[in-house]
Amino acid sequence: MIKSELVARLTARYPHLYHRDVERIVSTVLDQITKALAEGHRVELRGFGAFSVKVRPARMGRNPRTGEPVSVDEKRAPFFRTGKELRERLNINGSGS
Amino acid sequence: MTTTTLTRADLTEAVFQAVGLSRNESAQMVEDILEELCAALARGETVKLSSFGTFAVRQKSQRMGRNPKTGDEVPIAPRRVLVFRPSHVLKAVINGQTPDPELGEGD
Repeated sequence: MIKSELVARLTARYPHLYHRDVERIVSTVLDQITKALAEGHRVELRGFGAFSVKVRPARMGRNPRTGEPVSVDEKRAPFFRTGKELRERLNINGSGS
Repeated sequence: MTTTTLTRADLTEAVFQAVGLSRNESAQMVEDILEELCAALARGETVKLSSFGTFAVRQKSQRMGRNPKTGDEVPIAPRRVLVFRPSHVLKAVINGQTPDPELGEGD
């Protein structure tokens, strides 16, 4: 499923809303999550999962081609942990598909 | 840095501000978005949200694990797990950079 299919599915649930309004709502939600993470906050959506930011400390790396050491700056990486309910839903048929 | 947590209530408020929905409808909409995402993933579909990231369902085969307390070997049943791959755009924004247009929207 891609974003436009998500919007189409939602539009079918809300016949009184325009497609572009639903598009705007979906973008608003994703933008809010992005913004919160950019500010270093957590996003917790019970039943779905939680997003957090992990800080990867600066380290000395190596150019794999030349073997030359290079310094790698500190990096932030978004991290997602699946919520309990969703994890269970993925395995509802016991062993998975 | 104080870490606050964004929740459904914050998303509801943002949706309420963005379009002319009532607070109730905004809350329902946030719920429905999450439900559509969960339903697609439960069907085994990959969910691609451009400039945000990709959620994919991965099949794990059975393996032997150990009860860390007793040291007993116990089989871990085959199962499906969800993995999230952030898009280039999301990674860039989180690192305070402007997304590189060369990389496109990412997946």
